[in-house]
Amino acid sequence: MHILLRGRDIKNIKQFDVYEKHGGFAGMKKALAMEPAEVIDVVKASGLRGRGGAGFPTGVKWSFIPQQEPVKFVTVNADESETGTFKDREIMEENPYQLIEGSLICAYAIQAKAVYIYLRGEFWDIGDQLDECIEALREKGYVGKNIMGAGYDCEVYTHLGAGAYICGEESALLNSLEGYLGQPRVRPPFPAQKGGGLYKEATVVNNVETLANVPFILSEGADAFKAIGTEQSTGNKIYCVSGHVKRPGNYELPMGATFRQLLYEQAGGPLHDDRPFKAMLPSGGSGPMVPLTDEVLDTPMSYEDCANIGTIIGSASIIVMDETVDMTWVASKVTKFFKHESCGKCTPCREGTYWLDKVIDRILDGRGTPDDVKRIADVAENMAGTTLCALGDFAANPIIHTIRHFPDDFAQHVQA
Amino acid sequence: MAIMGNPKYEARINQHLAKYETKRSAVMPLLFIAQEEYGWVNPDGINEVAQILNLDPTQVKSIAGFYTMYSEKPKGKYWLQVCTDLPCALKGADEFHAWLKEELGVQEGGTSGDGLFTVDHVMCLAACDKAPMMQCNFRYVENLDQDKTRELLAMWRAEAAQPDNGRG
Ligand SMILES: Cc1cc2nc3c(=O)[nH]c(=O)nc-3n(C[C@H](O)[C@H](O)[C@H](O)COP(=O)(O)O)c2cc1C
Ligand code: SF4
Ligand code: FES
Repeated sequence: MHILLRGRDIKNIKQFDVYEKHGGFAGMKKALAMEPAEVIDVVKASGLRGRGGAGFPTGVKWSFIPQQEPVKFVTVNADESETGTFKDREIMEENPYQLIEGSLICAYAIQAKAVYIYLRGEFWDIGDQLDECIEALREKGYVGKNIMGAGYDCEVYTHLGAGAYICGEESALLNSLEGYLGQPRVRPPFPAQKGGGLYKEATVVNNVETLANVPFILSEGADAFKAIGTEQSTGNKIYCVSGHVKRPGNYELPMGATFRQLLYEQAGGPLHDDRPFKAMLPSGGSGPMVPLTDEVLDTPMSYEDCANIGTIIGSASIIVMDETVDMTWVASKVTKFFKHESCGKCTPCREGTYWLDKVIDRILDGRGTPDDVKRIADVAENMAGTTLCALGDFAANPIIHTIRHFPDDFAQHVQA
Repeated sequence: MAIMGNPKYEARINQHLAKYETKRSAVMPLLFIAQEEYGWVNPDGINEVAQILNLDPTQVKSIAGFYTMYSEKPKGKYWLQVCTDLPCALKGADEFHAWLKEELGVQEGGTSGDGLFTVDHVMCLAACDKAPMMQCNFRYVENLDQDKTRELLAMWRAEAAQPDNGRG
């Protein structure tokens, strides 16, 4: 059953009437009849965790907002720029009202003045569609003053980025939205605190998919949500499958389904029958690489089980590679991404990605030495944990784990 | 024509100014409007955006330079950006990118002799299940192969040959 990708089951759910007829805004009506703090408790009880990558418990994040502050904001992270991720796009294209409803429930729960949806600039047409939805909701009295007659006021706006992966990092996103360079901020103060959020006001930043889960949680209850998935990883998740499979695409499955179910039953197995799977990056370019062994294939896709196999589920953008792929080439691709996207603010990230790229190119060209392979591993180890934002770790992760799992792929380029 | 005082943009500029808590927040949407008017973010556009928002032009210029979607030099009429990031590259995007440049006789970032096509490459555009793909003036074209692309190029050439085909 789809909770998120309902556009696949219900024709024209992107139209207001159809969305409402199929239960749309029932969750919001329930929420508006509750105290804001009670709404937060329901989301906490559901166990929902952030779908933007870090997996932070959503209700707990909302509860950090100081209620006494007069001005608060919600910012929706629709930057969707992690390599291999294309789920938020489908939610917003095919089921836009559900995102807006979830955002409004969040806004009510923290008593926010406004919601800003920050979309990557390439999604300008999705932004136009969302603007139309917002206007339709304003006419219905679901956005603006005295929403649904409940005495709560809230505006919803869209904002377009302009091509910068780093603006998906929440504090960089806030800077960008304020018209400053999209570079991360020093924390604390955190966005949820006065001084750390949008326009220095306390702010919740949540991913599109996270918020799109919220209407179901309110309308069906926390228990119904918790009944799906595993104990620590509740609900459904959208898995973006790309690379060497027969049917790449988005698949919505309960958390805790196995990689085998996703990659074989859903995505159809290896693209070429005679070329078995070799490895995957389960969280886009930024999470640790893992070999696709039987043990890994039988691992449930949950926060806790992925930690056990040395990786993360993160944004669940699963990039699959078959046996023909040279992992040194993959390391080069991923490194070029992070070198391009480093905002340049801190030295280990800026210089580290520069050197990684230079040395990996040398290895790929056949001009490298075994020392060069050690050198990139050292550079990556030294970057991890030393930077202002997690991009430094993201850049280091794939290198460290790729060399660890596939040393021969590197060695073959540097044989004397 | 300018963007300031241009009736074509007045309503949109005011809408953007109204939705934020500060004027400065409107710098990104206004830079997009400047790019729409001039085809790239030229010095006139930078100065006008700065004037509307009471910012220093050097601040506006640094914002424009930070983001890849603002073009700081003129481009061909069709700006083709091929995604060559890992998932697309696993499905032949690098070969497609090389072929496209050869087909149009351009170097990376260069513009074809007729001024129509500029080709470069970009990172993941959130369309990895439809590789190879590219954007043409920020519109996605997906599931590409050589035949389909030749048809698209022919279509754009025909479109450009029509009278009255300004960008706006
Ligand atoms: C470099 C970097 C890029 C990120 N990109 C995104 C992104 O594109 N979309 C997203 O939702 N979160 C992204 N995040 C995570 C956000 O910082 C933040 O954790 C998330 O928006 C919180 O929402 P959630 O709790 O609902 O997941 C990124 C983080 C980093 C460090
Ligand atoms: S780690 Fe990289 S991207 Fe993050 S703030 Fe430092 S330089 Fe910028
Ligand atoms: S890698 Fe090309 S669209 Fe994602």
